[in-house]
Amino acid sequence: MAGTNGPQGLSVSGHIPQRGAAGWAAKPDPWRQPDKGKRRRTVTGSFLRLVQAMLAFIIRRVIQSFIVLLAMSVIVFAGVSALGDPVEVMTSPDSTQADREATRIAMGLDKPLPVQYWRFLSGALSGDLGKSFAYGAPAVDLILERMPATFELAIAAMLIAVVLGIPLGLWAGLKPDSIAGKTIMTGSILGFSLPTFWVGLMMIMLFSVHLGWLPTSGRGETVTVLGLKVSFLTRDGLVHLLMPALNLALFKLSLIIRLTRAGTQEALLQDYVKFARAKGLAPSRVVGVHVLKNIMIPIVTVIGLEFGGVIAFAIVTETIFAWPGMGKLIIDSIAVLDRPIIVAYLLVIVIMFVLINLIVDVLYSVLDPRVRLASE
Amino acid sequence: MSRLRELRWFARRMAAAVTVVAALGAASAAPAAAQELRVAMSSPPNSMDPHFYNLFSNINVSEHVFESLIKMDADSRIIPSLAESWKLVDNLTWEFKIRPNAKFHDGSDVTADDVAWSIDRTSTIVNSPGKFDVYTKAIVKKVIVDPKTIRLITATPYPLMLSDLTSIFVVSRKATEGLSSDDFSSGKGMVGSGPFKFVSFARDDRVELVRNDQYWGPKPAWTKVTLRFIPQPATRVAALLAKDVDAIENVPTADLKRIRDSKDLAFFSKVSHRVIYLNLDQREKTPFVTDKDGRAMEKNPFRDQRVRDAMTISINREAIKDRVMEGLAEPTSNMVPATLFGHVPDLKVPKYDPNAAKKLLADAGYPNGFNLTLHGPNNRYVNDEPILQAIASMWTRIGVQTQVAASPMADFSSRVGIRRKEFSAWLLGWGAQTGEVSSPLRALTACENADKGFGTNNGMSYCNPEADALLEKGLAEVDDAKRLKLFQDAVRLVIKDGAFIPIHQQVTTWAARKGIDYVPRTDERTYAHNFKPN
Repeated sequence: MAGTNGPQGLSVSGHIPQRGAAGWAAKPDPWRQPDKGKRRRTVTGSFLRLVQAMLAFIIRRVIQSFIVLLAMSVIVFAGVSALGDPVEVMTSPDSTQADREATRIAMGLDKPLPVQYWRFLSGALSGDLGKSFAYGAPAVDLILERMPATFELAIAAMLIAVVLGIPLGLWAGLKPDSIAGKTIMTGSILGFSLPTFWVGLMMIMLFSVHLGWLPTSGRGETVTVLGLKVSFLTRDGLVHLLMPALNLALFKLSLIIRLTRAGTQEALLQDYVKFARAKGLAPSRVVGVHVLKNIMIPIVTVIGLEFGGVIAFAIVTETIFAWPGMGKLIIDSIAVLDRPIIVAYLLVIVIMFVLINLIVDVLYSVLDPRVRLASE
Repeated sequence: MSRLRELRWFARRMAAAVTVVAALGAASAAPAAAQELRVAMSSPPNSMDPHFYNLFSNINVSEHVFESLIKMDADSRIIPSLAESWKLVDNLTWEFKIRPNAKFHDGSDVTADDVAWSIDRTSTIVNSPGKFDVYTKAIVKKVIVDPKTIRLITATPYPLMLSDLTSIFVVSRKATEGLSSDDFSSGKGMVGSGPFKFVSFARDDRVELVRNDQYWGPKPAWTKVTLRFIPQPATRVAALLAKDVDAIENVPTADLKRIRDSKDLAFFSKVSHRVIYLNLDQREKTPFVTDKDGRAMEKNPFRDQRVRDAMTISINREAIKDRVMEGLAEPTSNMVPATLFGHVPDLKVPKYDPNAAKKLLADAGYPNGFNLTLHGPNNRYVNDEPILQAIASMWTRIGVQTQVAASPMADFSSRVGIRRKEFSAWLLGWGAQTGEVSSPLRALTACENADKGFGTNNGMSYCNPEADALLEKGLAEVDDAKRLKLFQDAVRLVIKDGAFIPIHQQVTTWAARKGIDYVPRTDERTYAHNFKPN
């Protein structure tokens, strides 16, 4: 799209050989090494160069990510330590002062903050992000146990948003003045503005209580695939997945509809569309191949970046629909001040965002041949 | 395309989508077997190990699979469970006879050795924020007389033995030896003697149980039970209305009318052991009380008896019950409800009298009142914040200009305790898990004493040595009649002092589809075996 900059870290440059300020008129410098003959541009050669560039890019990114993670861990740790007293919240009401002191020591909360952080850091470097105060189990295990459920919900939501959003957006873009087009745009405004919480409850009232079509909450039957429990392979699971996924998808759906519509309307004004039409190509080909491909890049970028947001929004949806995922775990942990889980969850989220950004950037360079992963 | 054609095309597509959704979801609601019960609970357990954490939701689930020697009936009175009888051999020795026909789910007998193992196991739990050994600490020695008789010996006379034992579940030594608390989630060690057998546990989702047909007690009506965890109140009610579950606990106040008026639903309620109360700071200086100009005051007004009396008689508890709690509260001046040990029947709720309150304030030297910030939680007790607002408006009417500062329990509980003591007046609740008044007396109003374990939750720095002496004597008195009198006298002193102001006992609510009855419990617990078809 016109005027779009590439994602950060990349340069959208044409590959024009630089010859200095004088350009083509400059004489070659006699002191420079002569070209050792024109190197043959082989396929393997360019492929290796690409791989080398990508590797360098990824390594640079990984180092940056470590710095981000470290900074995050400090911020999160400090923030969470200011949040009240876990011992007072969790301890048995009939316990004595001595019991509470013992619990405090067992949780490591009697030590000064820097010592606590140091203990956490040394554990973190070997993959141990602490033991949950409330569950007693390692925080990472608890989060990973719940991750499949959240990812299932998030991926289902993104699928709904993309599979419904792009066609609807295209339609609204191709026929902006039709009833369908106007309905779609009004619907997308509603999707943006209505709060997820309220929409979820309304969906439950409508589809479960009044119509009785779908179950109110919870996750359906699960099957174990590759060690992960998934529920979309059973009918019962799908039926339970539908409403929460739809609820979660609403916001992203609206976003994608509006993006696609805007992209379509702009693309339709471009010269290549006029040329394709003049050539006599079928309208479906013009839209389905040429227009779609050209608007995909910003949409893919947004989808990728928004995926992290879907995981974050999942907290609300999981609470309403009693979906046993990570989001519910974090909300419950915040309520009882289960610090190890809060810290571990936030770090896991940071890692996820970093990974997603990395993939999106790499994907961007693959999709758009004009982009190079160089730091020029 | 013409507009009309377009519209029809669009409408047909939408209808198709809707039909798909409807077809997909058809027949997803009704239960499979006629004897299956699905209950929606309001908070999920975090472990299946009955000894892991003294948490309400954990205990509630454990009560289905496991049993203790003693249990509490629906009115929180002590009744036999695995122990069919007991006696005091001497002041320090309790002898329990285990039921001869009590068996574990794997067919083995429940023996005294298992009881001893279970008592020991509570102190071996690691990584728990609240172990059950608070209830076994008093037992210094165990003597196994024969496979069905055990003697528990204490260092000093310990009348709380019976109520403490209600919290200690008996597990099979054979099945649980060498297991960690995590192992229980997959079913290992889930061998109890209770009315239901464990099938599966999906964290934060559900627990599945089947009936124990070899149960020594009355057989439950249900062959299969699913306990689902739906903390969000609106979703829980929706699940009941949509027939996804057969019963729910803790009906939210907003839906009470709808549920009580519904012809398809049955509603149950019972006064809970949880008392909602106010505390008035008793320190020399208090942070959140200022004079009318906003300046800090020389003296803490709450140290004056007349001011404390004024504060309590200016609260219209009946109005709070009717308007805020929709009739579901029992105004009280006691620390425990009527069926619990230590209730004082002659302690009446103070009469609402704002004029007398104003006069008392004037007598105490505050004719124009003063300014106050009232603190409390906003997500812990039923209607906690509305109650705070109501009390604030009642106090403002007598001249004590009150504003409310409510915060989530996690934040509030950290600041109100004896370590930080940040507030001047606040609202809290207390449920006597041991079924007697010694629990709140010891934790809430006893003078702070870390050696004795007194005043652990006494954030108001209140201290009445006379009441404490009575409490201590009562804690060592094995004769129930004498003990009752000692506790009642202590309660009378504490309530008269007026720093601890009870408002009401909470009422717990349950709802079920028509055709099911529930025997409601004072301890707020929800047991599948207490649901019966009618």
